Amino acid sequence: MKDNLAIDVRGITKRFGGRTVVNDIALQVRRGEIYGFLGPNGSGKTTFLRMLCGLLTPDAGSGTCLGFDLRTRAGEIKKHVGYMTQRFSFYEDLSIEENLDFIARIYGVAGRREAVNQSLEALGLAARRRQLAGQLSGGWKQRLALAACMIHQPALLLLDEPTAGVDPKARRDFWEEIHRLAAEGLTVLITTHYMDEAERCHRLAYIAYGNLLTRGTAAEVVAAAGLTTWEVSGPGLWELAESLRGRPGVEQVVAFGNTLHVSGRDAAALAAVAGEFSVAGRAWRRVESGLEDVFISLMETARDNWAA
Amino acid sequence: MTSHAFNLRRFWAVVVKEFIQMRRDRLTFGMMVGIPLLQLILFGFAINMNPKHLPTAVRVADPSPFSRTLIWSLRNSDYFAITEVVATEAELRERLQQGRVQFGLTIPEDFARRLLRGERPALLLEADATDPAATSYAVAALTTLAETVFDRDLQGPHATLRAKPGPVEVRIHRLYNPDIITQYNVVPGLLGVVLTMTMVIITALAITRERERGTMENLLATPVRPGEVMIGKLIPYILVGYVQVTLILLAARFLFNVPMLGSVPLLLAVILVFIAANLAMGITFSTLAHNQLQAVQMAFFYFLPNILLSGFMFPFRGMPVWAQWIGEVLPLTHFIRIVRGIALKGNGASDILPELWPIGLFVVVMLSVAINRYRQTLD
Repeated sequence: MKDNLAIDVRGITKRFGGRTVVNDIALQVRRGEIYGFLGPNGSGKTTFLRMLCGLLTPDAGSGTCLGFDLRTRAGEIKKHVGYMTQRFSFYEDLSIEENLDFIARIYGVAGRREAVNQSLEALGLAARRRQLAGQLSGGWKQRLALAACMIHQPALLLLDEPTAGVDPKARRDFWEEIHRLAAEGLTVLITTHYMDEAERCHRLAYIAYGNLLTRGTAAEVVAAAGLTTWEVSGPGLWELAESLRGRPGVEQVVAFGNTLHVSGRDAAALAAVAGEFSVAGRAWRRVESGLEDVFISLMETARDNWAA
Repeated sequence: MTSHAFNLRRFWAVVVKEFIQMRRDRLTFGMMVGIPLLQLILFGFAINMNPKHLPTAVRVADPSPFSRTLIWSLRNSDYFAITEVVATEAELRERLQQGRVQFGLTIPEDFARRLLRGERPALLLEADATDPAATSYAVAALTTLAETVFDRDLQGPHATLRAKPGPVEVRIHRLYNPDIITQYNVVPGLLGVVLTMTMVIITALAITRERERGTMENLLATPVRPGEVMIGKLIPYILVGYVQVTLILLAARFLFNVPMLGSVPLLLAVILVFIAANLAMGITFSTLAHNQLQAVQMAFFYFLPNILLSGFMFPFRGMPVWAQWIGEVLPLTHFIRIVRGIALKGNGASDILPELWPIGLFVVVMLSVAINRYRQTLD
């Protein structure tokens, strides 16, 4: 396989009506990598995933998924990709076992019964195999969906906000499982809104309004943003935030618990502001910019560009 | 590429899934058995029931012992309930006109005298035949009754009058609707109506449900092909259709005594084509509808002309030409003609061919629309 890339696409564009939802996106994902796909709601993440697994045809662009041409070999791609939709999309009126069995049949899994049993065991659902999927809680539904996506042992897993509405413990277990699978050579492309999850990915891309704004490891993304952040603590933070907004060099002011994060790309201007608002009882401290600071900054900038 | 050909394994996966879902969905399952039963009872019995105690007005122009005997026997026969005795013909006609009585019986002047002379005087029975099925049994009962009712009155020298053809003649005037529709028309038609109603709605829901619940997106992401999904979904419903057919045919035979002059295997073969037409229509609706409610609405929209314009409810020849044209497009119209032809006239394969090909054409057109509309991708 060329360059050991699981996904290698360029110029991918999709329009609905006159609206460009995905605009000229290029993406390379290596095999065995966990790739995080971030961006605000309606930024085109889901549309992009759907084009990768052959559900949608791109209006422009080309490339390969698992070495198969995106445009001509959608049938082959579907056989080797597991796609987990944002909303639970298995049959609620089928039991856990029947759902797995149906998917296994559709993919023509060899040794189907064995595969279903193994999957049930791995899930820890062997005892509840006859329970209807509709009766499962959110966390269990998500585990079932993952197991069903994996039953044909795909080489690439596309996960669309898999942890939305799942409790922290289940989320942690889920990520453990993803890392275990990646270690075995599975490639995972995952969309999320959670910053802690973004940091668990090997590499990231940030997309807003259909445009890919940045990509790389978490550290690379933060470094590339060139953002300076100050943390302010002390009394009257809310009033301070109001007066800081709109000052030269101040791009965002965000409350973090009992502190305020003030960020901007012009380090000198920001330092001047810090001096100006330094009073007794209030501490200004330079901190590392976090992913969240970076992404919010990116989103604000993108919106400006969009409006222009 | 293998994934582009029809794959039996994937097709079978869909069939198995549909059967399980059908079993789980108690309401729909109940509807599939309940609709034929309910319609049979409503249409079949309501129309074919043998109604008794029908209100009758009598005009006696010749008060004689014979008249008294006749009225007494009528009262005893169960079919007639003599509600009024009127004096004039105009009064009698008025009662009928207003629907206050089902029958008007006239015992004419000189009835007794002419009877005894052996002139076979005529009893005039006027029947409100707007609901002809309701009157036919009663009319038959009176005819039989008239042959023997006077036996006890005709003693001694008059006994010879008892001989055939009987002492009196019964003349029957069917008013308002001389064209008689019998129960035989209704039950075979019902076969087509029940199949149309259930098959179209259930299949219209089948794919729409997948889209509404989001499972369609999942299905589209797998290698399963549109043909496999569609035909896989249809197989269970074809079986359900045949269960309904069996139910109705058994009821037709044993409950309503509808004759079956033609070949049952031929009928079952035609039914397959007809079921296919309805399923194709249902699938087409399901590709057009955005949710299950819309699918049901479309199915009902389709159901209405089927009931009204197919010749099930109203005589086809009585409709205006434009309505007949619409009727000719509907598979039900042709199907009802075929079923009546096979069951009542003993039609063979060559007789029904002119009615069969329009249904076949309908299947081909609808199925190609459906497969084109079913989106392999979500665009």
